[in-house]
Amino acid sequence: MGYMGVDIGSSTCCAVIVDGKGETLATAMVPTGARNEKAIGTVTCQVLEQTGLKEQAIRAKVSTGYGRKQVKDCAFDKTEIVCHAKGIQAYFPGTSMLIDIGGQDSKVIQIHPSGRVVNFAMNDKCAAGTGRFLETMARVLEIDIKEFDGLDIGDKGTQKISNMCTVFAESEVVSLIAQGMDLGEIVSGINRSIATRTFSLAKRVTSDLSKEQIAMSGGVANNLGVVRSLSRLMEKKIEVPPHPGIIGALGAAIFARETDL
Amino acid sequence: MNLSNALKYYVGATALGKPLLHYQKKQNQKRIRKMALKNDPHLNPPLMANTRMSQLLSEQYLKGRFTQGVKKVAWHSSGAPIEILQALGFFLYTPDNHAAMCGARKLGAEYSEIAENKGYSRDICSYARTDIGSFLSGKTPVGKIPKPDIIVVCNNICQTILHWYQTMGVYYDAPVFVIDTPFLYGDAKAHDIAYVKQQLEELVPVAEKIVGKQLSRKRLQEIVRIGKDCSDLWCEVLYRARQRPAPLSGFDAFILMGPVVALRGEASSVDFYHEVLKEIDTRIENGIGVVKNEKYRILWDNLPIWYRLSWFSKTLASLGIVAAISNYTYQWAEPAQYMDPAKPMEGVAKTYLHSLLNRSAGYKLGHMEKMVEEFSLDGVLFHSDRSCKPYSMGQLDQSKTLLDKLGIPCLTIDSDHNDSRVFSEGQVMTRLQAFSEMLG
Repeated sequence: MGYMGVDIGSSTCCAVIVDGKGETLATAMVPTGARNEKAIGTVTCQVLEQTGLKEQAIRAKVSTGYGRKQVKDCAFDKTEIVCHAKGIQAYFPGTSMLIDIGGQDSKVIQIHPSGRVVNFAMNDKCAAGTGRFLETMARVLEIDIKEFDGLDIGDKGTQKISNMCTVFAESEVVSLIAQGMDLGEIVSGINRSIATRTFSLAKRVTSDLSKEQIAMSGGVANNLGVVRSLSRLMEKKIEVPPHPGIIGALGAAIFARETDL
Repeated sequence: MNLSNALKYYVGATALGKPLLHYQKKQNQKRIRKMALKNDPHLNPPLMANTRMSQLLSEQYLKGRFTQGVKKVAWHSSGAPIEILQALGFFLYTPDNHAAMCGARKLGAEYSEIAENKGYSRDICSYARTDIGSFLSGKTPVGKIPKPDIIVVCNNICQTILHWYQTMGVYYDAPVFVIDTPFLYGDAKAHDIAYVKQQLEELVPVAEKIVGKQLSRKRLQEIVRIGKDCSDLWCEVLYRARQRPAPLSGFDAFILMGPVVALRGEASSVDFYHEVLKEIDTRIENGIGVVKNEKYRILWDNLPIWYRLSWFSKTLASLGIVAAISNYTYQWAEPAQYMDPAKPMEGVAKTYLHSLLNRSAGYKLGHMEKMVEEFSLDGVLFHSDRSCKPYSMGQLDQSKTLLDKLGIPCLTIDSDHNDSRVFSEGQVMTRLQAFSEMLG
């Protein structure tokens, strides 16, 4: 027996199965690609395979993400805002501020001690400061996106990426490479650029960061260079779960489990 | 007055026009009755009063088609004092109202592009771009718009309107009379009122010269009295939404406000709002609300998103949410308290000085706090309108304060009141659904 959550986002599609106690039994993540149905089918099969469960053993399924209405046979759908807020509590109970940076948008979610979302702010207008920004920069720098963490030189780096727009920032980075700028400086500048934008978004949601217990989710949280940079700006510790990209799907699975409570 | 034009006016606007509009009203009423039979799961059918509203505004536009050469024409901004112009017998036309209608008919983006292709920046208010695009191309959904003999603009709603109307003045070679209302950080001071009153007095000889007759102060008093009655009734209409379930929503009010914006000194507008109240009171007696399963009540802050009124109404209703009140529609209700038929010029000066958008962000916040209490609201939806900086500025602080001080959840959506290119359905839907999850 299990409960499934499916998060169909703009960049990645994830599925999670939890058991009757809310413990995670399986997780899967694939790129969403051009066809949502295929990605949904793939992750669903993968988590079922991992658990050995048949589809009939899934007592309830909840979907989230931009493509949530396309997931079939769901008990209901929930926005990624409440799902991420729900999911993060499984790792860091008492989180009062969750920063979720995904492929194409970023969110800051304020969570009441009861677990209820009380406020949120989103940037869904501009790719700057999102996973797409990192992907573009990785391509220009000819590195793997996973290298952004290791190459970051932290507060030793002083280089700023001044352009607001991902497209123009790409040109700016190309010119920095041409000038022979150190790769670590450029990478740190890119990470700092995301952190700065996210910091502004966070300040829209809360008047007093010092009181918040902060965690991060979403694929960009895998880049600990961004996490460290943001932590320095906020002067706060930021908790990151082991698999930040699946938190939305986990939250959806927990909502599915709650249908039986 | 040209006899041929006068005859065309009579035949077009009255002899043929009135029966045609009456027929259209009957057809609209049939459509609403059909909607009632379809039994929408979330929404009750719209008020029948909408059909009369449509008839009143259509009548005004129909008169406008034939009025050139019969009456002198005054174009005025939606916040401009119209009483003097009306008392002098000008035909009144509101470009802002026309722009809103174009937005509601989903023509805003098309007309805006026409203006942009002529060099007008996309950062200019979309009402302005819609209207400029309309008069540059000659396109309009209302048939024919009479050219202005005078243009009267008041900056109590924004500064963009000054430049928009001055542009029209250049294009139509018409005199532009500007009424400057000092911004109010608190209540209006005596010198603020005296300053605006003086400008109104200066308008009188200018308008008299154009229309060729003297202003009757008695007629002015009558117009002010009717305008005050109209605004008072409009206020009563809006306040009926304090009932649970709300018998009308902010979206109903966005439509029903047409007469108080464009025809507020007309006796027909007063009759209309009596009719609206009667229909609403019948709903209240029968426990009929706009939303069939009303769970949450919210305030809509800022201009409506004209091209998506129905979508918002249905989507919010499907989430159990009714937008019980909007401070946008309330702008034409609150000033009624300042109208004074005994001292018409002073009352008019005070009224237009105290426009919501001519007051501080702190005043607006206090106003919203009062509405949260009076209308028993569960949340506030802030429309961050790309085109309207005066209305949108301060929303971040206002939403934070409402949450911190009153525990009221707030949602901000980014869009534009007339330019549909700025609207993203998927993103707005996510925010609306998240908002309902926060309210729940």
